[in-house]
Parts: sequence; C-alpha cells; structure tokens
Amino acid sequence: MKKICLYFEIHQIIHLKRYRFFDIGRDHYYFDDYENERSINDIAERSYVPALQALIDMARQNDNFKVALSLSGVGLEQLEFHAPQVIDLLNELNATGKVEFLCEPYSHGLGSLAADNDKSFRSEVLRMRDKIKELFGQTPKVFRNSSLIYSDEIGERVAEMGFKGMLTEGAKHVLGWKSPHFVYQCATDPRLKLLLRDYKLSDDISLRFNDHNWSEYPLYADRYMDWIAALPEGEDVINIFMELSALGIFQPLSSNILEFLKALPALAKERGIGFATPSELCAEKGVGPLEVPYNISWVDEERDTSCWLGNHLQREAFNKLYSVSERVMICNDRRIKQDWDYLQASNNFRFMCTKAGYGNFNRGIYDGPYDAFTNYMNILGDFISRVKNLYGGAENEEINSLITLIQNQDEEIATKDKEIARLQKLLAKYNPVEEAKPKSVGSTKAKTTTAKTKSASVKKTPVIKADPKSSAKASAKKCAKK
Amino acid sequence: MKVLMFGWEFPPKIYGGLAVASYGITKGMVEGQPDAEITFCLPKPTGEEEKFLKIINMSQVPVCWRDVQYDHIKDRIVGHTAEDYYRFRDHIYADFNYMGVDDLGCLQFAGGYPGNLHEEINNFSIIAGVLARSEQFDIIHAHDWLTYPAGVHAKMVSGKPLCIHVHATDFDRSRGKVNPTVYSIEKNGMDHADCIMCVSELTRRTVINEYHQDPRKCFAMHNAVYPLPQEYLDIPRKEHSKEKVVTFLGRITMQKGPEYFVEAADLVLKRTKNVRFCFAGSGDMYEAMVDLAAAKGIADRFHFPGFQRGKQVYECYKYSDVFVMPSVSEPFGIAPLEAMQCGTPCIISKQSGCGEILDKVIKVDYWDIHAMADAIYSLCTNDGLFKYLQEEGLKEVNEITWVKVGHRIRKLYDECIYNGGFIH
Repeated sequence: MKKICLYFEIHQIIHLKRYRFFDIGRDHYYFDDYENERSINDIAERSYVPALQALIDMARQNDNFKVALSLSGVGLEQLEFHAPQVIDLLNELNATGKVEFLCEPYSHGLGSLAADNDKSFRSEVLRMRDKIKELFGQTPKVFRNSSLIYSDEIGERVAEMGFKGMLTEGAKHVLGWKSPHFVYQCATDPRLKLLLRDYKLSDDISLRFNDHNWSEYPLYADRYMDWIAALPEGEDVINIFMELSALGIFQPLSSNILEFLKALPALAKERGIGFATPSELCAEKGVGPLEVPYNISWVDEERDTSCWLGNHLQREAFNKLYSVSERVMICNDRRIKQDWDYLQASNNFRFMCTKAGYGNFNRGIYDGPYDAFTNYMNILGDFISRVKNLYGGAENEEINSLITLIQNQDEEIATKDKEIARLQKLLAKYNPVEEAKPKSVGSTKAKTTTAKTKSASVKKTPVIKADPKSSAKASAKKCAKK
Repeated sequence: MKVLMFGWEFPPKIYGGLAVASYGITKGMVEGQPDAEITFCLPKPTGEEEKFLKIINMSQVPVCWRDVQYDHIKDRIVGHTAEDYYRFRDHIYADFNYMGVDDLGCLQFAGGYPGNLHEEINNFSIIAGVLARSEQFDIIHAHDWLTYPAGVHAKMVSGKPLCIHVHATDFDRSRGKVNPTVYSIEKNGMDHADCIMCVSELTRRTVINEYHQDPRKCFAMHNAVYPLPQEYLDIPRKEHSKEKVVTFLGRITMQKGPEYFVEAADLVLKRTKNVRFCFAGSGDMYEAMVDLAAAKGIADRFHFPGFQRGKQVYECYKYSDVFVMPSVSEPFGIAPLEAMQCGTPCIISKQSGCGEILDKVIKVDYWDIHAMADAIYSLCTNDGLFKYLQEEGLKEVNEITWVKVGHRIRKLYDECIYNGGFIH
C-alpha cells in the first residue's frame, strides 16, 4: 500500500537589528523586538493558525490521516512569547494522537557543517529533544537537520545520538536513477533510515500551487492524488515535506490551499492510499544504503549549501562564529548561550547570498548582501569580544591549550574505560574455575568500579564548566589515580 | 555608416570625464564595427589624437573666404588637411567678417572651459553649418550641452537625424538650482533630437522629468572602461596591511558630496585609529573641507594631496584599501570602475548612475553617513569582504566594455536612419 508522509516545519528567525560598528562594546542587545513581534504575529495569523486548524480538522475527521511536525527552538521561543495561541493549537493537534513531532537543531543553524563543533551541535539537538518531550510528551525518534542538510558524516553523528531516522532531500544529483519513494539507509550507519523528500510533489503545493503560469494550474486534489496513485507498483513511500508557512504565506489562503489539503485524506482513502508518520516508515526495512559524500539540502536548484556558504563573506562569517563554539559551550552565562542560539540561525547567512537569482530575495532590513554581512559582522564582533572577556585576561593560546587538555582527558578516560571493561571481561574469563562466591564478588566489584568511573566521567563535564582550570587539574588527578 | 560627431574634449587633452567617454565611445564603435566612419569635430585639437577617426579642427574651418596659398597653410593646419580646408571654403554660407576672424577666415577657440564659453558655443555652432554643407554623413551625434547647438544646426542644414549624448545635466551640476541659459541650450538640443542617449537611467529620468522629453526617444547608454595599459597595471598595490587608506578622488565640489566623506571619516576615527583618509582633488570646496577636517580634530589622519593627473590617479587608487564616491548626484561616475580595475573595493552613493550596472560595490545613500562609516569600517576590518569585492569587482568591471556600448549605440543609429526614429 502506498503511504503519504506529510511533514511541516515551523521556524522563524529572531531578527537582528541595525547594529552599527559604533555600538560594538556599548550595546549588547542585538535583536529587533518590534520586528520579531510583528512578523511572528503576521505569520501566525495568516498561516500557522488557519493551517493548524485545518490539520486538526483533518485529524478529527479522518481515521487514516497522520502528519508530522517539527519546530526550531528559536521559532518555538518566538511563538511562546508572542503567539501562544499557536502552541495551544499544537497541543490540540497533539491530543488527536495523529501527529508525530520530530527533532531538529535548536538554533536552526549550520552547526552540523562546522568543524570542531560536534559538542555544540549535539547539545542543541538534545536540548530540542528534551524541549519537545516537555511540551508535547513525545520523545522524537526522527531527526531533521536545518533545511534538510545531510551528508554521510552528519548521518553518522545523528545515528550516534540514538535517532532512528532522518529526513532529507531527494536530490536528483544524489539519487540518479533511484527513486525517492523508498526508505533508504545511511551509508555509514545502516541503523539510520533516510526518508527522501519528493521535491516535485512537495513543490507542486508549496511553490507552484497558486502559479497562474503553471501548466497544471489550477491543481485539484483529485488530480494530485491520481498522480500519486499512478506511481509505479512498489514505490510506496511518498514524502511530502514543506514549511508550514507555505500554507498561507508562500501560497495565499485565497488560493484555497487549505481546502485542497483537507480534501486529500478522503481522496487518498478512495484510491487505497494511506498516511504514515516518519517513525512508522523508519521501522520498515530499508532498500539499501544511499551514499551522500557531499552536503545536500532542500534549498535552491542546486540543493546544496551554496546559499549559506557560497561566497567568501558567508564563509568568513561562518568561521568567525564557530571559532568560539568551544568557549560558548564551556561557559555558563545564559545570555551568551541565548545569543549563540539566535546568531547561528541559517537565515542570517542566507541574507549574504550573492548567487544569481537572489535579486528579488527578501533580505529584511538589509539593502544587499554586503549590508547584511557588515551588520552581522558588527554584531559578531561584539559577541566574540564578550565571549573572550568571560575568560578574563586569558590569552588565546592558554584557553585553547586548556580546551585541548580537557578534550584529551575525555578521550583518555574513554579509552581507559574501555580498557578497564576489557580487563574485567578477561578477569571474568580467567576466574570461572574459582568457586561461585568469590567470582560473584569479583564481578560486582568490577561493575561498581566501572559504574564509578562512568559516573565520574559524566559528572566531570558540569564541573569543568564551572572552572576550567581547577577541574582540569582535578580530572588529571582522577586519571592519575586510575 | 558615416557619423558626424561633435565633441568638446578628446584625449590626450583631458579636462574631465567627457574626454574619456568620447574616446571610449568612438574607439568602441570603430573596433566593433568595421563600417563605422567617424568624423569628430573638436574646438581645438592638439594634433596628437589617435588616428582611428577623422578629426576636424573647428578653429581652422573657414567661415569667411580668404585667398590663401596651399604652401602657406599646408603646415599650419592641425587635425584635418589643407584639401579639407579648400573644400570647406567652398561651402561658406554667410558673411561672418564682422565676427573677428583670423587671416585664414577662421574663428578662434581658447579650448577647454574659458570665461566666454557661451560665445565659443555659438561660434562652434556657426562652423557646424559649414561642415554640415561640405561633409557626407548619415547621422549626427553631439556630446554634452556645449555641442548641442552645433548638432541642431547641422540637423537643420542637412536634414539628417540627430542623436544627443547627455553626459550630465545642469540639474546634476547645480543640485537643482539651474542656470537658465544652460537649461535653455540643453532643452533646445533635446527638443530637436531624434534620439537622446543618457549615461544612466538616473539621467534619463532627469531628462524626462525636468526637460519634459518623450520617454520613447530617451535611452540609458551606460559608459564603460578600457582595460588598463601595462604601465598602470605594473604599479604595485599597497600591501593590505594594518593601516588602511580610504580615498576620495574627484572634484571637491557640491555635486560630489565631499562633506559627507568627512563626516563619515569622523565617525570611523572615533572608533578606530588605524585608518587614514586621502582626499584627492581640487575644487571650490577645497578650503571648506580642510577647515571642516580641522574643526573635527581629525586633520592628523586626513591628507589632501591635491589634484591628481594621469598616472598619479592610478597610483592613488592602488594605494587605497577603500574608494568612496559619495556623490549627491552623479550622472554616471567612471571613477569607481577605474578603482575596481585597480583592485580597490568601492563604496558609492545610490545616487550615482554607475551603480545601475555595478553589483560588486557597496551602495549607500549619500546622506547616510552612518551607513557609509559602517561600510568603511567593515571593509577595513573584514578581510573576507575586502577580498570578495576585490576579486569579484575586477571580474565584473572586465565585462563592461566600450565595444558592447558601441553595438548598442549602433542599434539606435540604425533605428533613427532606417526606421525614421522612435516617435511615429
């Protein structure tokens, strides 16, 4: 049976304000509150509220209907703050039991692309997972990266975090002759399933629905469903992914897009097509590995990362930002951590895009890419100096050497843990001749010691956060003891 | 295709941007179109002009009949030939003996922009009548308002279509307070023209709105640049070191907005010390700007090297990390293109015509000194932005060639000659 996997994303950035270089060092607030409130309310009113209401209706009226949603942390914060009615609707939708929430990086940033940023990326993903759990009572099992960015290497990291599946783009240059209508596996870690977006069917709704010059205009739900039904036998997974704001903002409500959407479940039922959530699909067996050596995303014709990291400006801003990633991670200044989330949002980099075709791109308050770059770099200049000031007069090298020391110790402890576990096993092997009593004592001892070392290594991280120097010494001592 | 062109300046004698533009347009047409024959009329050529077009020396075209011997004038005539002189003499159309002519029956020009400019413009137009009667041509092309009356006169005599090239209008030069005599000359020229080529969309709009011209015959014809000669390419670039140099280069007059440059510099210097400002050029606001810089207390970081000519201009570009053109109203403004050729990133005002064809520059409003200061600071501190604009800017400016401009002009000529113009 064919199954449609319908997924919507909710994300809005925290807008940066006009920040001149005179403000560096004087003004540490970077955000345009008025614009944030205005834009999120506008989008909630024109898109999120009516679209979610439509989804709730669909979930209540159709037994077969299922849908998946994900929220970025920064988007969620904005909704909580300025448009809590959207959260209420999400809860209402959640109560129908037909919605699955997915996880994504908290900041909607490009953290997965930065070198030496593993910790920060990991922490923001896990933070988002906890937040979803807390809000909706579901622990997300499927991950979607910002703008569906994916590569084998990212897949491996995501699998390590315990996710069962990941959404990404069914990019033509990666798939080649293959079809996106199957469940694939990550090439480097087969435990992770991949769901590939059908960009044609997705864009028919999110991009072309109201395009009067499109040859298929006007698109009716029955014809759309006929296209899906006409897909070859065996191609059973149809992934339709888009931003929630496609319903109402990219395609105005006056185009009757919500009526179109509401008609889908009944028509699907007529044609024997079902709906599925991503985790249901990820429970199925994959057809084979999909190799993605280079980063792909769902943006632009190229489906790569060129719209965020395509030119020197973007790369300079990106490298500058992530150069302080470690320091932000080990500090415990909440305002810095918050700004870190907001500054990472990929939209900030997209404003600096100089690709052809970006002539009419809405750059918010910016005149053009250079203006966006200048403003962002001014803010970043202030932010980086604040981060560095946290460590007082400490020189760069000093802090860097401490950070590497801590990292090395972590690794050392991990290898020692493994070594201990191995030795314990050996011990257990050589001891079976002994009588039952001492053996059991030995093994419990072994267990307790491993447990102790483990708890020590787990605890260690927060200790280090408080004071890198002393804890480094402490952990060094611990190692010595072991 | 024979073109009768009237111009006021031509290299090697350069007074301003007009000479460079006239050279580019003619050279681009001759290089791109083998059948183009251009006769270029100049008030007072030096005789050292390049020979790719036929130069006519207006100060040696007779308007009164004088019986002169061939041997006597053979070596005296600069520009055209003695044979041309006799041919012109056969087409004198009125008695101009009252005008104060010399022994060859010619009217004299001082050249450049003397005090009696209006008289010279008038004389230029009288001589154009002789030329229009003696030369064969398909179309007339007049550069800038000084030559419009000559163009109109030639059109009246010959009945050939007239194209005028608007390099600037008096609205740009005077920030709105136009000189009525100049305005009337400009307006008259435009009224008679079959085709008006403006150096930018900005100028085109001025022509339509302020001179009340029919938009159908007004076209934006952006300027271009010639690749730098080897001599200029060989000038070493300043090392992109800790101390940055920010340059303004141009006439220091109201039109160029020099005071905004000083204000922006002041803001930058309040924040950072490793920037120097170079204020090259001369003009009526020179003293006022020195005063202003001193009053702001930034004179130690401000340098006034004065008027730059020839190679010095390029040395100046190459010695800069940022080039700023804060013009209040700039019909085109070729300087940023030259700076980009030298690998210097540019900040230009949105009120500059060249901004219409340039993408790899930072554009700010001329009055927005905060944005300008921010852009200067950003270019001085972010190597990524500097390198990007340097490399991409060079690529962009290399695509802007006079040959392409020549082809576009040719299309408009053909329309005028074969289809009877743009207004039917």
